Amino acid sequence: MITTTDLLALLPLIVLSAVAVIVMLAIAVHRNHRLAFLLTVAGILISLITVPLVSDLVPRLITPLVLVDRYALVFTVMAYAAGLVAAVLCWEYFRVREGHQEEVYLLILTALLGAGVLAAAHHFASFFLGLEILSVSLFALIAYPLREIRALEAGIKYLVLSGVASAFLLFGMALVYAETGTMEFAVLGGRPGTFPSVIGTILILVAVGFKLSLVPFHLWTADVYQGAPAPITALLATVSKGSVFILLLRYGLESGVFRVPVVSVLLALIAVVSMLVGNFLALRQNNVKRILAYSSIGHMGYLLVAPVAANVVGGNLAAEALLVYLAAYFAMTLAAFGVVTVMSPADREAEELDDYTGLFWTRPWLATVFSVALLSLAGIPLTAGFIGKFYLFTAGSHGALWMLLGALIIGSGLGLYYYIRIVFQMAQAPAALQARPKARPVGAHLVLAILLLLIFGLGVYPAPFIDLLHPEINVPKQSAAQQ
Amino acid sequence: MLAALILVLAVGGLLAWQAERYGANAPRWIALMTLIVDGALLIPYFAGGFPEAGVWLDDIRLHWIPRFGISFHLGLDGVSLLLVALTVFLGLMAVAASWTEIRERVGFFHFNLLWTLAGVLGVFLALDLFLFFVFWEIMIVPMYFLIALWGHENRAYAAIKFFLFTQVSGLLMLLAMVVLVIIHQRDAGVYTFDYFDLLQTSLELNTAWWLMLGFFIAFTVKLPGVPFHTWLPDAHTQAPTGGSVILAGVMLKTGAYGLLRFVIPLFPETVADFSPIAMGLGVAGILYGGMLAFAQSDMKRLVAYSSVSHMGFVLVGLFAWNALALQGVVITLLAHGISSAALFVLAGAVQERVHTRDMNRMGGLWTDVPRMAAIGLFFSVAALGVPGLGNFIGEFLVLLGAYRVDAAMTAAAALGLIIAPVYSLILIQRAFHGETREIHRIRDFGARELALMGFLIVATVWIGMYPQSMLDVSDTWLKNSLRGWGEGVAQPNDSQPPGERLADRGEP
Repeated sequence: MITTTDLLALLPLIVLSAVAVIVMLAIAVHRNHRLAFLLTVAGILISLITVPLVSDLVPRLITPLVLVDRYALVFTVMAYAAGLVAAVLCWEYFRVREGHQEEVYLLILTALLGAGVLAAAHHFASFFLGLEILSVSLFALIAYPLREIRALEAGIKYLVLSGVASAFLLFGMALVYAETGTMEFAVLGGRPGTFPSVIGTILILVAVGFKLSLVPFHLWTADVYQGAPAPITALLATVSKGSVFILLLRYGLESGVFRVPVVSVLLALIAVVSMLVGNFLALRQNNVKRILAYSSIGHMGYLLVAPVAANVVGGNLAAEALLVYLAAYFAMTLAAFGVVTVMSPADREAEELDDYTGLFWTRPWLATVFSVALLSLAGIPLTAGFIGKFYLFTAGSHGALWMLLGALIIGSGLGLYYYIRIVFQMAQAPAALQARPKARPVGAHLVLAILLLLIFGLGVYPAPFIDLLHPEINVPKQSAAQQ
Repeated sequence: MLAALILVLAVGGLLAWQAERYGANAPRWIALMTLIVDGALLIPYFAGGFPEAGVWLDDIRLHWIPRFGISFHLGLDGVSLLLVALTVFLGLMAVAASWTEIRERVGFFHFNLLWTLAGVLGVFLALDLFLFFVFWEIMIVPMYFLIALWGHENRAYAAIKFFLFTQVSGLLMLLAMVVLVIIHQRDAGVYTFDYFDLLQTSLELNTAWWLMLGFFIAFTVKLPGVPFHTWLPDAHTQAPTGGSVILAGVMLKTGAYGLLRFVIPLFPETVADFSPIAMGLGVAGILYGGMLAFAQSDMKRLVAYSSVSHMGFVLVGLFAWNALALQGVVITLLAHGISSAALFVLAGAVQERVHTRDMNRMGGLWTDVPRMAAIGLFFSVAALGVPGLGNFIGEFLVLLGAYRVDAAMTAAAALGLIIAPVYSLILIQRAFHGETREIHRIRDFGARELALMGFLIVATVWIGMYPQSMLDVSDTWLKNSLRGWGEGVAQPNDSQPPGERLADRGEP
């Protein structure tokens, strides 16, 4: 039975759904880019405002499907904020391009909805639904510039591989269900894992690996990152991966799969390989978007330290580490792709390393933001990335995961090389004076300024944010969630 | 006051960057003024005298990240005061030396210079391990820019090599720190990164060994000790003069400081076992660095390798850990800072005029530039350790102290005193003496450069003639560090270093 309080607790999701419908109707009535954009921004802002209102009602299990708790809410805020940034970047990006641009916002809203559902998912059904809402929106978003052959290629690639991953996911869920007779994470935790359900769990993890672009399921990453429009890549890199990670931790802790030895060894192995392979592949790239794509594989590997450590350190520290790192990762990734977006002239994207030569002297503001984002990705102190890395070191050392931490150090060393390479390129003498794009992307610059402040703010004085997460965040273990 | 030391440099850096729009000289003057203000802030500490009892002349502690017990904790004792003063002094020299050399992006150059110095000061002052690590990394980034943007022909390679070596070794240190904190947390129940709390941590010998190694590698890379020194010749050679001065004069000292402040007090028992290896590395550095220096034809590279050799003495002295050796270390740090800075300024000045650092293309410069040549001779002689000048005192004391611990090792280290004159004098021989190979029409040192060199000469002579004035400053630190150690490394450290002292002074 759903009560009014339950509905209230779901407000962030409900408002967002309503906004999606409104935007759709608005497009049907009057096709106007600016109108769709403004409606979307307002809608996301209103959804964000509902979050503090809801925060007193949590944790709350609403039907067996969704569990709204602080952990979910914190991520929802991050995802919506990232969606907001992506919307602003899309406005600047598509404004100067041809075609019907309004549906982009609709798709962003549905993608955010999927992410919100995933963050609160507590059941295989909501897991699958959330993932599909998110993925289907992303297919369309990636291939949105219909006349760009590379975007289409990227869209098809993502569609096919994502479909395969979904098939794996469903089959895995079916195996687990056949064995245990339940789809609720928390109830699963009570059941001993036997052969078919372990296979099922591994299949589920394969699907998650596809979404997170972990090695060896990473083959789509560089092409899709490169082919998709830059603001959409930003959305893909942050919201999509972040929400799946949030889900992975909850699923793993509540259902107890992290305690299955095979699974935890596999996860650790995937983490190590992702850190090393991702960073190695990035070394030889000359395309900024591809560099960021491979570096994101490495970062997903770093992030896996938190779930792997969760067995030993408990859900609280793991969740805290995950959220801090994700917050930092969101800010710096969005800033990096934001710069790529602003740099891109109307006819193409500024993705080659050469496009950035001498940026410090031609467009110092963008170069500053980009360098800060890159240094933060490299984990230099006073930036958010360092605090995130520090958390991973703490969680990893608590869990005595020396192999993972060793790989993290090597990966960071490799990462430093290619991040610094971009910074160095920007500091060179400019080759020729490039024509600036005519449109003045005020909104994008504002967003970049906020992201810059966030990166520094989190890096210099993270105490308020940490206090927000600690110690209230409670990823319930097993029975705690059953009211 | 302590926070102000760092803050002044940081703000001054920003101002210098922005001041570029008012002409190229504005950033230079602002940088100069900033450093003078910083120097003035130090005067009260020197003037206040050095009490027998309290080790800490000043400290400040603010909450930063309470979740992990991280605080903004700075403290100043004798040895950090000396190093801070050296930093500010060489900072001034670096600004003066870059006055005509840097012509592009002057503002950004001085921003990076001042921020590097701010990071170095932070390293010398931090008493919270997390804070220390932050400063440790912060000084690398602007230094990277100094090398990468204003360096010489092979700057990209040198800069990235520098960055990678120091950053990756830094991460090892971060890991060791975090593990140390977690072990402390399991015992004491609270997270803390505070230096004094962590000194109380009791460690298993095996764990302590690994942790010590994490710190040791990070600091030895910076020092540099022998297997980890390969970044140094490239970075020093490719950096602009100001960058080389800071690198050789100040940044190498952060490695030595880390060893004496953290590695040895935190892991006393392990260090006792480890000291033969460390001293062996030191001796290897002395001999190997010296021989490589002799083989160089690049002027700056020669000076760079000579730094490896001199820092070997520091390593030997530190791990001998007795009063004489430590006094020697302190003096060597100061004297080498000054003499290597002077030699880099000289090499930079030669390069600015002759447009090469290759000594095969020099020769006979004495007739053209007698003042430069004479000053070069002075500092070469200082570096090789002539009695009466600073370096001699330092290295002599180190050898004297180390002899009590390990005579054989000391004898080998003393061979360095034979190699040093060889490579120091070959520098003078090849650059300034002999026949003129190419005709250069170059000007000699002007007033600015003479003044700069004059300061450095006075400092070297001062340290050489009156080292006691420096030793007085670091004396309480030294006695305190050695309490419970006796004269040598062998005893375990059961009395706790200066924890309770801080309380004596009425901690805020």
